[in-house]
Formats: sequence, C-alpha cells, structure tokens
Amino acid sequence: MPPVEVRDLAIGYGDFVVQRNLNFVVNKGDIFVIMGGNGCGKTTLMRALVGLQRPLQGSVLFGGEDFWGAPEEERQRLNRRLGVLFQVGALWSSLTLAENVALPLSEYTALTQARIAEVVSFKLALVGLAGFEEFYPAELSGGMKKRAGVARALALDPDILVIDEPSSGLDPLTARRLDELIVDLRDALGTTIVVVTHDLASILSIGDNSIFLDSEAHTMISTGNPQQALISAHPKVRHFLTRGTG
Amino acid sequence: MPNDPPWRLDIRPAGEDGLEINLGGRWCLNAQLPACDVLTAELGGRIRRVGIAAVGLTEWDSGLLAFLCGALRVCAERDIAADTAGLPSGAQRLIAMALAVPEQKVPGRDTAPPSLSARVGMATVEFLRDGPQMLHFLGEITQSLVRLAGGRARFRARDLWLEIEEVGPRALPIVAVISFLVGLILAYLGADQLRLVGAQIFIADLVAIGMVREVGALMTGIIIAGRTGAAFAAQLGTMQVNEEIDAYKTLGISPVDFLVLPRILALMLMVPLLTLYSGIIGILAGLLVSVTIFHVGVFEYYAETLRALELKHFLVGLSKGSVYGAMIAFAGCLRGMHCGRSAEAVGRAATSAVVTAILLITVAASIMTIVYYQLGI
Repeated sequence: MPPVEVRDLAIGYGDFVVQRNLNFVVNKGDIFVIMGGNGCGKTTLMRALVGLQRPLQGSVLFGGEDFWGAPEEERQRLNRRLGVLFQVGALWSSLTLAENVALPLSEYTALTQARIAEVVSFKLALVGLAGFEEFYPAELSGGMKKRAGVARALALDPDILVIDEPSSGLDPLTARRLDELIVDLRDALGTTIVVVTHDLASILSIGDNSIFLDSEAHTMISTGNPQQALISAHPKVRHFLTRGTG
Repeated sequence: MPNDPPWRLDIRPAGEDGLEINLGGRWCLNAQLPACDVLTAELGGRIRRVGIAAVGLTEWDSGLLAFLCGALRVCAERDIAADTAGLPSGAQRLIAMALAVPEQKVPGRDTAPPSLSARVGMATVEFLRDGPQMLHFLGEITQSLVRLAGGRARFRARDLWLEIEEVGPRALPIVAVISFLVGLILAYLGADQLRLVGAQIFIADLVAIGMVREVGALMTGIIIAGRTGAAFAAQLGTMQVNEEIDAYKTLGISPVDFLVLPRILALMLMVPLLTLYSGIIGILAGLLVSVTIFHVGVFEYYAETLRALELKHFLVGLSKGSVYGAMIAFAGCLRGMHCGRSAEAVGRAATSAVVTAILLITVAASIMTIVYYQLGI
C-alpha cells in the first residue's frame, strides 16, 4: 500500500473549483513535489492532504485507508502518522522550543517527563538546534524557525512529512541547507516527504517525483521526476522549470 | 527671467497630417510641468503622424515620461503613428516598458461601489451568519466542557494560572479606580434624593446593595471586556495568522480544549472575585462621601450597611460576575478563532470582541435582573 494516494480529488471553496481530477500516488521513501505557479491551489491541496480543509470530491488514502470518509476519531489517528511543517513555521509562540516539540509527545505517548526531555533534545539536535531548548520562537531567525518546525513535525516519528513552501522567506544558502536536511531525514528515517513548493532549485535538486498543478486548466498537467519533466513534459511545465526561457 | 517656466514645448504642424513636437529645457517633476491635455488636444482631426524630439532638453525625470505616456496612449488608441526616436535612449526604453502591457480591465475591480440597498443586504446576511457561528462555537465549548468533566480535555495548568494572573491581580488597580468613582457617584445620587426626606443614613443601603448586586458586576464586566476580551481576540487571532491553530488541529489537539477552555475558566473564576472586590471599594467610597460631606457617623453607616447586605445580594452579584466572565471569554475567543489571516483582521477581531462582549453582558444583565426580581431574590 502506498503511504499516500489521491483519487479523483477536487478542491476549492464553495462553488469555486480550484483543482479537479487529481490522481496521484506517493511512493514510500520518495520526496514528492507538488509544484505550480502562484494561486494554482498548491496550498489548498496541502490543506486537504493534512486534514484542514475537506475536499469537494474524491478521496485521500493513507496506507490504503480513506481519510475524509472516516469518522472524526479515525481521522485524528491517521493524522498522527503525518507531520506538518507550515509555511511560517507555525511554532506555538507561547511555548519554548522544547515545549513545542514535547507537546505532541506528552499528548500522545506514555513517556515520562525525563524520557520526553531526552527525545526533545535529540530531535532538536537532529535539525541542528541543540542548545536552543529554552528559546522562544520569536527569538529565532527565519531559518531556525523552519528547522524547529521540522523538529516538531518529527516529534511523533511520522511516516509522512508534509512541508509547505520550505524555502519561502529564506536566503538561497539557508534554503539549500533546509533542502539538504530534508534529504538527510528521508535517507536516515525513511520518511515519505511531500513538499509543496515553487522553488526551482528545491524542485530540481530534491524531487524524486512530482505533479504540476496548472491554474488555467484547473488540474494537474504533468507527473513524474522533475528532471525528466525538464526534457519531456508538457511545454507549460518546461516553461515553468526553466523560468520561461526554455 | 526667473518667472519663466524652465521647460519648453513647441508643437508645429509638419506637412498635411503630421505634428512635430519638441521638448526643451528642464522636464522635471518639480518644474511645474503642463498637464498632458495640452498635447492630446492637438491630436484630433487629420493628424496621423507625430514626431517627438528633444532638442535642447537639459534634464528630465518621471515628469517627462508621465507627460508623454498619456499622449502616446491616446496616439495608440487613435492609430496615430508616433516616432520617439528623438528622445534620450533611457526615456525611450522606459516609455516602451510602460506601454508594453496595455491597460488591463481586472474583473471585479472596475465595478462601482455597491448601492445602499446592496450594502444593507450584505450587512444583513453577515449579521444572520453570525448567529449560527456563535451557536456552533457554543456547541464546541460545551463538548469541550463535557470532555473536561470526564477528565479527557487537556490543557496545561500553567496556561490557566497565567490567564488567572493576567485577568485577576493585574486588573485590581483599574477596577479599584472605577469602582471607587462609581461608588462616589451612587452616594451623591442617593444623598440628593434622600436629603429631601431627611433619610441620609439610607445612602448606605443604596450604595451597598447597588454596588454588590448590580453595578459592581456590570462595571467589572465592562472593564474586563475592554481589557481582557480584546486581548483574547488579538492573541487567538495572531495565532490564526501564524497557522498555530492549524498546527494544533493537524496534531489532533483540539484548539478549543487547549486555548479556549483555560481562558473561559480563568474569567469565570476571576470576574466574580473582582466583582466582590469592586463592591467593597464602592462601599468604602460611599462611606467616605457620607461621613465627610453628609455628616453621617462612621458606625451608623457601618451598621446600616451590615443590616442592608443580605447573603442573597452577594450571591446575585457573584452569579452575575461569573456569567459576565463567561460571556467576555466567549466573545473574545469566538472573534479570535474566526479571525482572518491579516493584521487588519486581528484589529477587527479585537474591536468586535469588545462590542460583542458588552452587548452580551447588557442582554444577560437585563434578563438576570428580571428573572431574579420575579423569583423574589
């Protein structure tokens, strides 16, 4: 069973359909890129994948289990197999970094406080933030906030990590280090990673597989490895991947 | 000649259907340039060609470009061939860039503002939507309270204590000032009437019962609505903007349990206590006025106050405080949780929280006063 499968999905707001006929499978251990221009519905799709916005039609399956068709409690259980990194990090501003990472653990595991503290230190060290346990999110730079967001998303050892615009607001070098972190985590933990982005450097360097959402056709117009898409895909996708020069 | 404009504009006919334009001197924004109508007025009739030159142009900036672009757009509309080769190359490039994309009609932006009836309609729909939204939120809070009673709702005790500290001790000074002044007003109001029948000792009854039963709770409610209700809306609204609330939801942690419940509990606990405090301060103010201005004895006043205050008055005041506290927290959290994703929306949420809270408090106050009266409490 693939970790994520999307069948005949339509997303939008009320009568306004942003994307329809979405069908794709994310394979285990892949870095799957959802790409497209501004306003094509990437973030809306991401919100449907992580359970924040009910799709207009179709289904999202995690390991073969239908998410939106399931009752509330089942959805919460499935949601826990998912880690989410939001665009602005979305760290809880009233909690320290350690408390941010610890909260999911103390909610959903029976670990003792001491054990949780160890796990928290490990997760923060994993993203290069060892020693920042007692810092509040407002005291961190943009890149550090994203890293801390990754640590929190990884708190419950999710099978799937969903990342919204990893490079937004980061300088090219910091963005690249975050990309490297994502690849390292996939290699080390075997986590399946879904990345929503329009950053070309990320798409081409880390993507194993991808879909391209088009804002005019209101559906996906290409699938496959982004490097391949550069040569063979739909002219619009090639246009996008070469910044309009190819 | 200092009063002459520093710019020169020469327009000459050239042949049958042409126009020669020369721009000279200083064409800068601060040089009181002519409006481009001067030029467009000449473009009517049989003119088919326009040549623009810049002989003697010493200095130029956006002023020159704005002047020419207006005219060149008219040329394009009327199919008049315009030759800008005589302009400085920088100006030519900027004009070409500005004219490259024709003016766009963006859908939904060029409509006139909605008519009065349309606006009344939209406001009504908005108002009607508010009711179900409130009921939905009330339902969520009730479910959350049920979970709390069953020991399944989770929030951090520290958050509750932080809110209690913020709502309670930190509000003491402002509640004291307002209550003292209101007590003083009540005493004067009563004294003026009671003096007519020589019964000034009953100022004590009026102030004590008034403050403890009604005014203390009402004043505290209004102060806390402005102080804490707005803060709740702004806090939760900012969390909404930062996607923090979404982060709770994706982890399956109910934001209502985690964020709303401690705030509601804190206010339901603290507002009654503040009401009691407000009542005591009000009575002290009444005492001060009666003794110093209206020559009532301290012990007489004290004894009369004790006689007037029955337990039921305290219970009425405390119950009102608790209900107002719940209303304020409800309004603040409701507006915060339904906040849009912009700085402006956070401001609107805070304003709306205070307005909603005061409205709810006033309605609740009226209903409770009538019910208590009918019950004879």
